[in-house]
Amino acid sequence: MPNTKQWRLVATAVAVTLGATTLAACGSDDDSEAQSGPVSLTYWTWTPGMDKVVDLWNKGPGKEQQITVTVKKQASGDTLVTKILTAHKAKKAPDLVQAEYQALPTLVSNDALADISGDVGDAKKDFAEGVWQQTTLGTDAVYAVPQDIGPMMFYYREDLFKEYGLKVPTTWEEFAQTARDLKKKAPDKDLTTFSANDSGLFAGLAQQAGAKWWTTSGEKWKVGIDDAATQKVATFWGDLVKEDAIDNQPMYTPAWNKALNTGKQIAWVSAVWAPGTLTTAAPDTKGKWAMAPLPQWSTGEEVTGSWGGSSTAVTTDSGHKAAAAKFAAWLNTDGDALAALAKEGGIYPAASGAQLSGAFLKSPDFFSNQADFYTKAAEIAKTTAPSAWGPNVNVAYTSFKDAFAAAAKNKSDFGAALTTMQDDTVADLKKQGFGVAE
Amino acid sequence: MTSARRTSYGVKGAPYAFLLPAVILFALFFALPIGYALWLSLHKVKVSGLGLGSGARKEVWAGIGNYTDALTDSELLAGALRVVGYGTIVVPVMLGLALVFALMLDADKVRFTPFTRLAIFLPYAIPGVVAALLWGFLYLPDVSPFYFVLDKLGLPQPDLLDGGPLYIALSNIAVWGGTGFNMIVIYTALRSIPAEVYEAAKLDGATPLQIALRIKIPMVAPSLVLTFFFSIIATLQVFSEPTTLKPLTNSVPTTWSPLMKVYQDAFGKGDIYSAAAEATLIAIVTLVLSFGFLRAANSRNKQEAAR
Repeated sequence: MPNTKQWRLVATAVAVTLGATTLAACGSDDDSEAQSGPVSLTYWTWTPGMDKVVDLWNKGPGKEQQITVTVKKQASGDTLVTKILTAHKAKKAPDLVQAEYQALPTLVSNDALADISGDVGDAKKDFAEGVWQQTTLGTDAVYAVPQDIGPMMFYYREDLFKEYGLKVPTTWEEFAQTARDLKKKAPDKDLTTFSANDSGLFAGLAQQAGAKWWTTSGEKWKVGIDDAATQKVATFWGDLVKEDAIDNQPMYTPAWNKALNTGKQIAWVSAVWAPGTLTTAAPDTKGKWAMAPLPQWSTGEEVTGSWGGSSTAVTTDSGHKAAAAKFAAWLNTDGDALAALAKEGGIYPAASGAQLSGAFLKSPDFFSNQADFYTKAAEIAKTTAPSAWGPNVNVAYTSFKDAFAAAAKNKSDFGAALTTMQDDTVADLKKQGFGVAE
Repeated sequence: MTSARRTSYGVKGAPYAFLLPAVILFALFFALPIGYALWLSLHKVKVSGLGLGSGARKEVWAGIGNYTDALTDSELLAGALRVVGYGTIVVPVMLGLALVFALMLDADKVRFTPFTRLAIFLPYAIPGVVAALLWGFLYLPDVSPFYFVLDKLGLPQPDLLDGGPLYIALSNIAVWGGTGFNMIVIYTALRSIPAEVYEAAKLDGATPLQIALRIKIPMVAPSLVLTFFFSIIATLQVFSEPTTLKPLTNSVPTTWSPLMKVYQDAFGKGDIYSAAAEATLIAIVTLVLSFGFLRAANSRNKQEAAR
């Protein structure tokens, strides 16, 4: 055999290559594993301090039931959705993931989330109906357990409102008048800004007005982004921008921080988590802000939208779905877990019972001047309008950012921007092959 | 058995054996991913009905559909035009400055050469995202010290994050970061020109300016071609600067440059199939442009050599 040496070399190289391929191929084959014996679960989340909350589980109920959870810290929002979908494509998604409510239909439509209706027990009773409904997508299935919510509120500089003789607006009409009055009294100041860089805010405002962006009829999706309610919201803000009653620059920039910190902008339409953002964005204004319910579209109404909020879901790739669902239910309904989540992660719990206990008995430091902050917040949370998310929220959100940024910059027709958003969303659904009702 | 035979296996097998690691690495980390991207670009996802539940989503053959979509996509074209506009500012300014700095450093009576060289090169060591953030803060009227000074002096304060000035603002970041690297490349080429050439020129009575124009620049032409080549590729791939400036202004859409569109499609919309087709098109355009330029430059060199 003259060529043995050469062949051995080739054979080794081939074996190494094949070995690597085989290694990559296995490792996801644990789907059929039985439900007995110790179980270890992986959990992707972006909530700060989640590892400490999970420690409570691993040392307490988890130890008894031999279920150990390991936290893998992730980036928040849309990037995590993409990451979960990519991992799911390789059948290697973690057992548990954190997902924003509007991402659930996308994840479900990619078959990434498991139906855990049989494993979460009576968790449903701990949540307001509108909150729970977001995790069922209107079906009999349950795709996640709600964790935190972001009911929207109106934040304003109490001291400056007094100084300029402004009243806290209770309707959007009054809101517009307040913006104009402020411009008259202090031309270099703005009531607030219309920011095109966070689609969640606009979605929440539309939700308050009664918009239903995605609904189903039979086997078809109906997209209602440019429905009458949303057109009303878009035109309202577009007119304010056009007449220069409010600013048109994006939020979360150094310039925005400065405007809030120096009192150049004196109000912010935001959600229950605003105290945290204001603490870092406008540290010099501590104790000068107050919170009120969102202005309403007609007098006497009590409705709000939501901006933010997320849930804990179990993936279809998990080999231990029941165990994972048990943990998800504990994390979001157990008193100790929720107290720890509030303390370590600073989240506002979705579970109604926890909204007035523990960390929420006392107002946030930044709002020490408003003693009833969380009592008021819990009342407002109850008035959250139902939401309607669809399988391509990400497309609608991207389209919003581009179309409304251009409209805000040019002070042009917001209604046209909304139509662009509708068209992009419908076109994407059709391109993917979804059934779409016109 | 005999030494002669042993030598013969070695001669036959050795080249392949030496090639093997490179070939395997090339196949695994180059050919395979490119092949996969091409495969993806020819497919698409097909959803049925509401798309809920398992089995509602299938990967199907799309033919050249993704390519025709990309080529007829007005946003991709608009992005390409924006990048061309950006490139026509960045490339000449950056290379012009790099050449001037290199010639100045190479001039006879210059002090503090090492320090100056380092100072000009230093921005290159700063990651693009950090540089863009840094400049982004300086461009924002409300927080920028420049605007504060302009305001105090009663001078006009242009909005650098909008319209035409936005191109200058973005180009400035690239020029600031890239000049140093290109300068070093040209400077190194200048240092390798033999001293006799200069002596001969001086004996002929050439002034320093004439030496620079007639001797130095023609002799570093290959380096200029190289830096131009790199700059074209870097320009076509501009991504981090506009992405970093995007949240600061309403004027930078999520699809400002073609690569941003690829990113947006892949990670914003989750449509990796369209993204793969667009990425392939960008790669082809980049190859055609850069190699086209190299060929043109080479043929010109040959003509000059023949003259």
